[in-house]
Amino acid sequence: MKRVRLPELAEVIRSKNAGPYELTFDIIFKTREIFEQVAARKIITPELIARLYKIPLEKVISVVEFAPAKAIKATVVRPLACGDVGDSDVYGAQQHGPLLEVELDWDQ
Amino acid sequence: MDEIRVLSPTAILGYGFPLSSFEAGLARNPHVIAVDAGSTDPGPYYLGSGNSFTDRTAVKRDLEAMLVAGRRLKVPVMIGTAGGSGARSHLAWCLEIVRELAAEHRLNFKLAVIEAEISKQELLGRFERGEIKPLPPGGELALEDLDQSTAVVGQMGMEPFIKALESGAEVVLAGRSYDPAIFGAYPVLMGFDRALALHMGKILECASIAATPGSGSDCMMGYLGRDHFRLEPLNPMRKCTVTSVAAHTLYEKTNPYLLPGPGGTLDLRETTFEQADERVVKVSGSKFIPAEPYTIKLEGARLAGYRTVSIAGARDPVFIAKVDEIIQGVRERVADNFRALEGKYQLIFRLYGKNGVMGDLEPLQEPASHELGIIIEAVAETQEEANTVCSFARSTMLHYGYPGRMATAGNLAFPYSPSDFKAGEVYRFAVHHLVEVKNPVELFPMRFEDIPGVRGETR
Repeated sequence: MKRVRLPELAEVIRSKNAGPYELTFDIIFKTREIFEQVAARKIITPELIARLYKIPLEKVISVVEFAPAKAIKATVVRPLACGDVGDSDVYGAQQHGPLLEVELDWDQ
Repeated sequence: MDEIRVLSPTAILGYGFPLSSFEAGLARNPHVIAVDAGSTDPGPYYLGSGNSFTDRTAVKRDLEAMLVAGRRLKVPVMIGTAGGSGARSHLAWCLEIVRELAAEHRLNFKLAVIEAEISKQELLGRFERGEIKPLPPGGELALEDLDQSTAVVGQMGMEPFIKALESGAEVVLAGRSYDPAIFGAYPVLMGFDRALALHMGKILECASIAATPGSGSDCMMGYLGRDHFRLEPLNPMRKCTVTSVAAHTLYEKTNPYLLPGPGGTLDLRETTFEQADERVVKVSGSKFIPAEPYTIKLEGARLAGYRTVSIAGARDPVFIAKVDEIIQGVRERVADNFRALEGKYQLIFRLYGKNGVMGDLEPLQEPASHELGIIIEAVAETQEEANTVCSFARSTMLHYGYPGRMATAGNLAFPYSPSDFKAGEVYRFAVHHLVEVKNPVELFPMRFEDIPGVRGETR
């Protein structure tokens, strides 16, 4: 058992608008085995997303496993709508940073 | 007919594509060439102001190849969300480009123009009858937001496109459209499965983004059969893999299994993705769940003020360490100096190197960089007020005295003279709701034109 960071297990970690009012995160894992283990261990949860982004749990809309893409997707309410005065990322494409820092115990 | 081939040249009209890929697509004899010309991603300014986020020369370049090919092959060309946002002015902008190209290339065709901007009067009536519903996570529509929006568009489904094709249109130029409908309409008119046609459209609307390496500026071909579809990128350097196509299903969506749209939800819970050959992926099992009543998504943007920005940098370690207190001091000086503007402006300091990208979502709150990029931004009710607030905040920050200051000549490095930029009108999304309709085409008036006016003759 060792500590690994999420980027070591994933080939894609990204964020993007899902419409003007939602921000969605995709983690696409390197292999089906990794995806299945991460999904089975419930590592990516609404609670984790809320903690990473310092937002209330009710702002996390969903965390969905999508086996065909060996991916886990999380969607949150945008702090401000796309392009509102004060918004800092109109396309929402640079909000994935905290996911790169997630550490977990890994069995290989 | 057992197969419909749909050619998607580019993810957004104006984003370009290699002509070699496009020619490879034409060599496969597509039945229809379709393109999505817009998005809400660039933000509310474009819908609100009536301007396109795409460049005219780039749009004309892409359309030229498409319109000429469409006439050469005698297949329909479909354009949705014209002009980037698909309101009346965007559609007119794109229509002018179509006319220019038709004249330059002596093209003759029957054109259908479908409007997607909905009049205030029509919407107010529907609002009063309770036909406009919230779209979570948004709340109920506020009458003021509807009233103050400069343009409200409805996102049409495939029915207006089908109606245009049934009437003999050879080029369909439509306002705001549900992206997959632009690609799915022709196959559904030809009797193919709606769910598969929409799912294929959902992928094709992003052109080669679903391939690997992905690109929004390269062509993709969709082959729709009776019980499946296949996807082939048209640039030999790209391939579709099960992972690249399945991963694209996640892109920009809340839930990858259930994708709501006009008239119902695309259900991908039983969809399977298979590698057909090295570069082609086969998809089957997608379903469509019709919704009753049929709903159309509305989008509207209203003016939020006027913006002025000033761009600067800081390299002094004491200034960087104390930047939060300094900003607080500058805010107080601005407020004190312009008491008459109280509550009439927003003053924002963006600190790149600290939390400029993520704001409150940023977990690392202490700057680790030896320099900071700073944008001072004022948004106010008039351009003059925004200029005043930005200018005063900038000069105050430049000369602000703080404890421990050694660099007493100035705190900011400005890359430009003038240092301040008038960014003009600022809009915000104000309407993002659903409206119930009895007929999917009732909000989308259509007109037909013979281009260049007299069929069979040239100018």
